[in-house]
Amino acid sequence: MRVRAQVLLRLLAIQGAWNYETLLGNGIGFCIEPALSLLPGGVHTPRFKEALARQSRYFNAHPYLAGVAVGALARAEIDGEAPERIERFRTALCGPLGSVGDRLVWAGWLPFCSLIGLVVFGLGGGPVAVLAIFLGLYNAGHLALRAWGLQIGWTHGLRVATALAHPLLRRGPQAIGRATALAAGIALPLAFGRVIGPGRYLLGGVVLAVVAGALLVIRLEGRLEGWRLALLALLAFALISVAR
Amino acid sequence: MNPYDVLPLAMLGGLLGLDVVSFPQAMLSRPLVAATLAAGLLGDPGAGLLIGATLELIALETLPFGASRYPEWGSAAVVGGAVFVHDAAHPAGMMALAMVAALATAMLSGWSMVKLRQLNAHWAARHRSGLDAGARGTVIGLQLRGMTADFVRGAVLTAVAFAVLAPVAHAAATVWTFDVRVSRGVAVAAAASVALAAAWKILHTVPAARWLFAGGLLAGSLAVVLR
Repeated sequence: MRVRAQVLLRLLAIQGAWNYETLLGNGIGFCIEPALSLLPGGVHTPRFKEALARQSRYFNAHPYLAGVAVGALARAEIDGEAPERIERFRTALCGPLGSVGDRLVWAGWLPFCSLIGLVVFGLGGGPVAVLAIFLGLYNAGHLALRAWGLQIGWTHGLRVATALAHPLLRRGPQAIGRATALAAGIALPLAFGRVIGPGRYLLGGVVLAVVAGALLVIRLEGRLEGWRLALLALLAFALISVAR
Repeated sequence: MNPYDVLPLAMLGGLLGLDVVSFPQAMLSRPLVAATLAAGLLGDPGAGLLIGATLELIALETLPFGASRYPEWGSAAVVGGAVFVHDAAHPAGMMALAMVAALATAMLSGWSMVKLRQLNAHWAARHRSGLDAGARGTVIGLQLRGMTADFVRGAVLTAVAFAVLAPVAHAAATVWTFDVRVSRGVAVAAAASVALAAAWKILHTVPAARWLFAGGLLAGSLAVVLR
């Protein structure tokens, strides 16, 4: 239990040494280390050091689903699986844990929770309410996913691939996508209505500008991100305001 | 410029910059949260929430996939929130100027994250023998070093950006010529454009998304009109 808690806590810092060479590699080694200390003889044995060296090499996964790998690999090492088998398993696990997590979390859960926060803001919520609802909702899912991943990884070991067919991972991204679409439709006018304040006198013009601006951002996708375009537009506006 | 304002903001920027990738990725670094906390440090969380929500509309576009390059919103939103409330009178152009400050910081912070990742790789290469030997101290040391560097990066960036941009924004606000309605309208239009495009980018491949979005838009618009 204590070792599991240590691993779970370290999972929150799994990307602490992220780099373009080994990606999450050192992070996997960092997180798995408390579990490897359960190997016979502890941390000063050749078996521990070989296992840690093996687990600190290149690896790629979504940070919230990396617990699946950490749990499964820890189980494999402690069960004494052959190193070649562990290496092959490691390689096979990289891709799925990255792409599934990106769709489920970065393109799904995160924008959904952000939009719920904006709905609460748009309905007049104060700082405490907006932050509490956004952070509470987001991290309920975030922490549950990390804990679940570690659990199924440890439970299934090298057979964890069957557990990755879980409905959450297969159908979750699309379900959250639909919820996000609904939330976006509700949130945008509400947030817009509260932020615009005195600018609502120019509402018609602003709405036209929003639609035109959005079409421009979509058109320029891949060449110039929207936030850079917003910076250029606002900078130009500021310079005109100051100079005229 | 009061050093007693800059230091806590720098610490907050460091902590929230850390949250973006290194620890704990609990989305404390999202603009909605970060700008509110920064403005709260300066005594006006309500105003921070306003600029935070505006920046959050822009941040909807950011999908922080692995090796992709994206703005680091933690320190950027701290600077934006602090600049917005730095002048308690909230002059007409302050929202637009605070957004410029945040987005300019975001550009620099994104670049600094790339440099940090390259530095992490350099440190890992220097300790290759320790990693290959399975040295526990090497693995843990690299992780802690990376996190410390990320915190320092965020803190220094926040301090420098706020120290430079707050006086510039204040000076621009004193000679600002557009009235508050036009200024707010332009600022909101910029943010909402990016948000609408972001919604399309995320959702255009999701089945039935356009109908759900349209339905939500109707409900949201009615709620605005009826309030």
